[in-house]
Amino acid sequence: MRTAPRRTTPLRRGLAILCFGLGVLAAPALAASGKPLLTGGVSSIDGAAGGGLTPWALTGSYATANESGLTAFITRVALQDYALDVRGVAWSWNERLELSFARQDFDTRATGTALGLPGLHLKQDIVALKLRLAGDAILDPDRWQPQWALGIEHKSLDADGLTPTLRALGADTSGTEVYLSATKLLLAQSVLVNATLRATRANQNGLLGHGGTGQRHHSLQPEVSLAWLLNRRVAVGAEYRAKPDKLNPSLLGDGLREDDWWDLFVAWTPNKHVSLTAAYVDLGRIVPAVQTRRQTGAYLSLQLAY
Amino acid sequence: MKRRLIALTLAAVLGAAGAAEPAGDALFHALGGRAGLERLAADFVDRANADARVGPAFDGVNRKHLSRQIADHFCQLTGGPCVYDGGNMKDAHGETRIDKGDFYRVVELLQDAMDHQGLPFAVQNRLLALLAPMHRDIINAP
Repeated sequence: MRTAPRRTTPLRRGLAILCFGLGVLAAPALAASGKPLLTGGVSSIDGAAGGGLTPWALTGSYATANESGLTAFITRVALQDYALDVRGVAWSWNERLELSFARQDFDTRATGTALGLPGLHLKQDIVALKLRLAGDAILDPDRWQPQWALGIEHKSLDADGLTPTLRALGADTSGTEVYLSATKLLLAQSVLVNATLRATRANQNGLLGHGGTGQRHHSLQPEVSLAWLLNRRVAVGAEYRAKPDKLNPSLLGDGLREDDWWDLFVAWTPNKHVSLTAAYVDLGRIVPAVQTRRQTGAYLSLQLAY
Repeated sequence: MKRRLIALTLAAVLGAAGAAEPAGDALFHALGGRAGLERLAADFVDRANADARVGPAFDGVNRKHLSRQIADHFCQLTGGPCVYDGGNMKDAHGETRIDKGDFYRVVELLQDAMDHQGLPFAVQNRLLALLAPMHRDIINAP
């Protein structure tokens, strides 16, 4: 099944972002208040506010009580044999609710060619909702209670020519994940900690569908982030995200086995409207039947907030 | 690997939370002692007065008196040899409507003042960790 080609070119995308950016600069009063710098997190690859690979219990943007905020982001993950481009938006309100949308485009490069599908791009849309349940990550450093949030992410994949293969492997092209996140800023130590537990059956985050033959159920996967705030504008940290492995074994034996993900990042927020995040990522093996080496590389993300 | 990482994270959280500020006057001295706190408080009060959002709340307030009170309060909180004899935070702010955004604005102004006083970021956060819980008495509007 082939869908109509998307008409968004990089140029158009750039223009859209530029317009958004100018809009942000033109209306600085709107976001003059709100939470302190860095406390909105950055945009995760799935669109929800958090670290780069994992959602946090913090809601996006700098909107605090009775305020709402918007963020938009573009992210590129350049791996040895693949590339992932993501763009998305998030809206959050009252430090209570966050609604996000992200579109991922995964370039399979030589692997697609090896599978007889040259030029194959896996495209995934993610609609997500996050609800803060309790706690305040920032203002209660004297208490143990972290900020808690419950999130749901619905992922739908357009696998193009790979769809019949995924079907044969028993993987669905859409799936829903639920996660619980706890975030705490240890203010006296300038350290932010997040732990997320995700119920998922996504293969490579959903880019290879959800579940596999004989492995239909969700499993609980932990994700952790640690960030050290160096100053008001810069944070460095690390993340680890455990993943299910529902296509291992498959028709291809262990040729589709997957690994956990981790990264080391630095985030810079010169002001409340812009943040830049760079990271070294290790996404483990991706389709080792074709590419046997670990997929390490660079992650770069730009977020505009409003 | 996975389990160990989670255990390490938990240990980091459990070890650090609750261990807010050790007893003693280390933070008081890191903030420049009594003189440093007086400079910081005066700078902070000036900024708060001049701020578009929270400034109006300080109209008619005796700045000298207020900054002396703040210096005393910070001094006592950080283990310095002072006695804060001002009102509690609830009474001190009771007549003004203060929401969370106002509170965060004041935090930022204090950060600006601490930056201006050349205080290291880690020291700033140790002070903020002592002040942040006061939001329970200061924020009085949803």
